[in-house]
Amino acid sequence: MTDSPPTTKLPAQSPPVDPAETEAVGGRAAAGVGRLSWWHGDGGEGAKRNLALIGVLLALFVIGAATRSDLYSNPDWVWANMLSILKLASVVGVVTVGMTFVIIGGGIDLSVGAIVALAGVWCTTVATQSFGAGGMIFTAIIVGIAVGLVNGTLIAYGRLVPFIATLAMLVAARGLAAEISQKQTQISQNSTINGIASTDLLGIPLLVYILAAVVAAGWVLLNRTTFGRRTVAVGGNPEAARLAGINVRLHTLLLYALSGLCCGIAAIMLTAQATSAQAAMANLYELDAIAAVIIGGTLLSGGRGTIVGSLLGVIIFATITNLFAINGLSTEAQNMVKGGIIVAAVLIQQIQFGSLSQFFRRNRLTTS
Amino acid sequence: MTGNDVVSGTGVSPAEAPAEGGEVVLRLTDVVKTFPGVRALDGVQLEVRAGEVHCLLGQNGAGKSTLIKVLAGVHRPDSGHVEWRGEAVSFANPQAAMRSGIATIYQELDLVEDLSVAENAFLGHEPRRFGFIRRGHMASRTRQILGRLGHAEIPPNRMVRALPAAGKQVVSMARALSHEARLIIMDEPSAVLAHDEVENLFRIIRELTAQGIAVIYISHRLEEIREIGDRVTVLKDGRTTAANLPARETPTSDLVSRMTGRTIEYVFPDRPTESVVGDDLLQVDGLTRSGEFADVSLSVRAGEIVGIAGLVGSGRSEVLETIYGARTAEAGSVRMAGRALRPGSVGAAVKAGMGMAPEERKSQALLLGEPIYRNVTLATFSRYARFGFTDASRERAEADRIAENLEMRPRDVRRAVRTLSGGNQQKVVVGRWLLGDTKLLLLDEPTRGVDVGARAELYQVIRQLAAQGVGVLLVSSEVPEVLGLADRVLVMREGRVVRTAPAGELDEDTVLDLVMAGSLMEGAPA
Repeated sequence: MTDSPPTTKLPAQSPPVDPAETEAVGGRAAAGVGRLSWWHGDGGEGAKRNLALIGVLLALFVIGAATRSDLYSNPDWVWANMLSILKLASVVGVVTVGMTFVIIGGGIDLSVGAIVALAGVWCTTVATQSFGAGGMIFTAIIVGIAVGLVNGTLIAYGRLVPFIATLAMLVAARGLAAEISQKQTQISQNSTINGIASTDLLGIPLLVYILAAVVAAGWVLLNRTTFGRRTVAVGGNPEAARLAGINVRLHTLLLYALSGLCCGIAAIMLTAQATSAQAAMANLYELDAIAAVIIGGTLLSGGRGTIVGSLLGVIIFATITNLFAINGLSTEAQNMVKGGIIVAAVLIQQIQFGSLSQFFRRNRLTTS
Repeated sequence: MTGNDVVSGTGVSPAEAPAEGGEVVLRLTDVVKTFPGVRALDGVQLEVRAGEVHCLLGQNGAGKSTLIKVLAGVHRPDSGHVEWRGEAVSFANPQAAMRSGIATIYQELDLVEDLSVAENAFLGHEPRRFGFIRRGHMASRTRQILGRLGHAEIPPNRMVRALPAAGKQVVSMARALSHEARLIIMDEPSAVLAHDEVENLFRIIRELTAQGIAVIYISHRLEEIREIGDRVTVLKDGRTTAANLPARETPTSDLVSRMTGRTIEYVFPDRPTESVVGDDLLQVDGLTRSGEFADVSLSVRAGEIVGIAGLVGSGRSEVLETIYGARTAEAGSVRMAGRALRPGSVGAAVKAGMGMAPEERKSQALLLGEPIYRNVTLATFSRYARFGFTDASRERAEADRIAENLEMRPRDVRRAVRTLSGGNQQKVVVGRWLLGDTKLLLLDEPTRGVDVGARAELYQVIRQLAAQGVGVLLVSSEVPEVLGLADRVLVMREGRVVRTAPAGELDEDTVLDLVMAGSLMEGAPA
C-alpha cells in the first residue's frame, strides 16, 4: 500500500459512489485509522493476522483428528506428533528467520538452500572434522556469513538486483559444494554434532530448542533493536531511510550476512539429522522459506512483516506434510495443497489490506 | 482576435466566439474538481478552436495539471460541463479520451524505451490481421506519420531508447496522430529540449495546426507563448482569471498580474523586528552538477530563512539535495560552520546538523504504514537506544512532545502516518528534525498538498525555529510563499542563481518575471 486512503471525510461534491463501496472504504478506515493495536502498541495488524494463522493450524489439527481419530484419541501420540512436526519445521524455520529479515528489508535470498549445502559440506570435510564439534560449528557459521556477505556486497555495492545476485549464488554455491565433496556424501563422524539431532531435553528435541532460540532472537532483533528498526525503514522506504541518515547499503549488506548466519546454523542442524552432508542437501529450501514468509504475512515488497508469522507459516507447511504422511497420501497431492495454501494466503492478505471491493475493482481495471 | 475577456471567479462564461478562426472544438464551463482538502479546479472556463495553439498559463498549483488530467480522462470533474466537438463528454478513462481524439503528451514521456518507434506509436492499437501484428503495415504507417511531422529520418524500427529527448517527443506526437487526434495537449514540451530543438518543435506544431488540429500548449516561458501561441487562458487558484487573450499582443505585465495576487490569503508570521541572525552556518561555493545547475553559491546564517524561488527544472531541488549529500557535487564545496562536508554523504550532513524535508513527502520521507512516533524518530531512534535496544517509551514521549509543539492532529503518536492529512504528514517530517540538534533545516516545497490552515501553522513553526537560531533553506515554486517567509531570496533559472536580494526588495511580479523570462537555455549547462 503506497497510496493512502482518504482520511478526511469525502468531499462534498464527490461523484456518486456505490454505497457498498463507500461502506467498504469507511470500514477500512475504521480498521486502519484507529490505533495500530489494542494490546501491543506496535505490530497490531500483524498480531491479528497471526491469530488467523493459528486458526488455520487449529483447522489442520481438526482435519487430522477427523481423518485419523484412531491416532488422535491417544494424547501421548498427539504430543509426540506435535513434537515431530516441530522437529520437521526446525531446520527450515531457522532459515526462514533470516529470510524474513531479508524480505522485510526489501530483498530476497534465493541462495539459502545452496548456502546450507555449502556450509554443511564444508563443515564435514575430513580436515574440518579433525577440529571437532566446535570447529565444525564454527566453520559452518563462518561459511554461511561469508557467502551472505558476498551476496550483500553484490547487491548493496554492486547494485545487482537481489533476485539475480542470489540466483547466481544458488548455482555457484551448489557447484562449490559439489566440488568440495566431489559429489560424495560426507559422513559426519562427530558424535556431538550427530547428537544435536537425537538429544531430547525434558522430553523435547534439542532441534526444537534451537529453533525456539533463533526465533526468539529474531523477534527481539526485529522488534526491540535499532537493527530491526533500520530493517523496516530500509525495506519500507529506502529513500526516506537514506535521507534520514541511515546507511542503507551497509544495512542491506548486514541483512544478507544475517541470512547467511541462519543458513550456517541450519546446516549444522541438517547435517546432524542426516549424520552426513552432500551438495544436494537442503534442496529447494529457498522456496519453502519464501513461501513460509509470504504465508506469515510479510510483504514481499518489504517494509512490513513478523517473525511469528513466518514461524507459523513454516509450522503450517510441516503440519500439512505430517497430515499427508499419517494419512498415507502422496507427496504430489501434498505439494498441490501447499501451492493452493500460498495463493490463498496472499489473496486473503490482499483482501484484508485493500478491502474486498477494492480488490475486485483493481482486477476489473486490469482486465478491461 | 477579440474575446479579450477577463473573468473573475466562477459562473462567468468565456468570451463570445469571435468570427475568425476555426470552429470551437472544446469548451469547458465551470469545471470543478476537488480532492480531499483541496479544490484543485474551482470553476474553469476554457475554449479551444480547431487549428489554434491555445496556451495555458498559471503558477504552480493553479490547477493546470489537474485540468490536463480531466481532459485526458484521468480525473472526472465533480461538476461543470466538458463539451468536445459539440457533444457533452465525460471520459471514463484515458483510453476513452484517446479514442475520441484527445491525446496528451506529458512532460515525462510515457514511452516504452525497449520497443521500437513504430511499436510505441501504435502501442495498444497495433494494426492486426488474424491476431498477428502487421509489422510491415505498421512500419509504413509510422513512416507516413513521421513524414507528416517532418521527421521522415527517424527509422520506425529504431528502439526508442536510442533516440534523443527531442526524438522521443516526436514519437509521442506520432502516437497522438496514430490515434487521429484532433486535440493534442502538450505539458511543458520545451522543458526537455535544447534551443534548436525547440524551433523544430514549433515547426511541427505549426504543421499540426495547419491540418486543423488544435493544440493546448503549456509552458512557463512567455517568449515561447508569444512565438507559437494564438490565444492564452490564465488560471489562478483553480479558476480561469482571463480567457482567450491574444498571445502576441497582451502585455507581459497583464499576463503576470492575472497569475499573481492570491485570492486565498496566506497568513505569514511577522518577521522579528530586531535581527536574530547569527553567525554563518552554511556556506556553499561554486556548487555544480552538469545538466542540473552550475556555480551556485549561497550562505545561510543561524536564525535566517533563505528562500530559493524557481520553476520545476530550474535546479532548485537538485541544489538542496546536493547540499544535503543526497546527490554528489561535481565541483564546489559545502561547509557547515566552517567545516567542509564530504560530498555525496547524507550521513555526514546529518552529523553536521542538517536535516531535510524532501519534495516528495510520501516517497522520500515517510514510512506510511508505520506509526507517527517511529516516523518522527526515524533519524534519531539510535540516539535513544541502549546497546542497540530501542527505547519505545522514550521515543513515544519525544514524539509526543513534538506532536504537541507542532499541534499535530491527531495527537496519538501510535497512529499510522498513512491516516494523517498532508499538513500533518509534513509536520511529522519537519518534526523529525526538531529532535536531536539540527542546526540547518532544508525544506523542499514544504507546503505542497497542504491545506490553507495547516500552511499557516507550518509557516509559524518555521519562523519559530528560526527564532530559536536554526537556519532554514527553503525551496518553493510558490513565489508568495518564498517572499512571505524568507528573509533573503535567491531566484534560480535554468540551473543558475540569477538574483539574490532581501525579501523586502522583491515583489511577486518581479520574481515571477525573473523566473519565467529568459527561457531557451541560454548559457545553461548542457
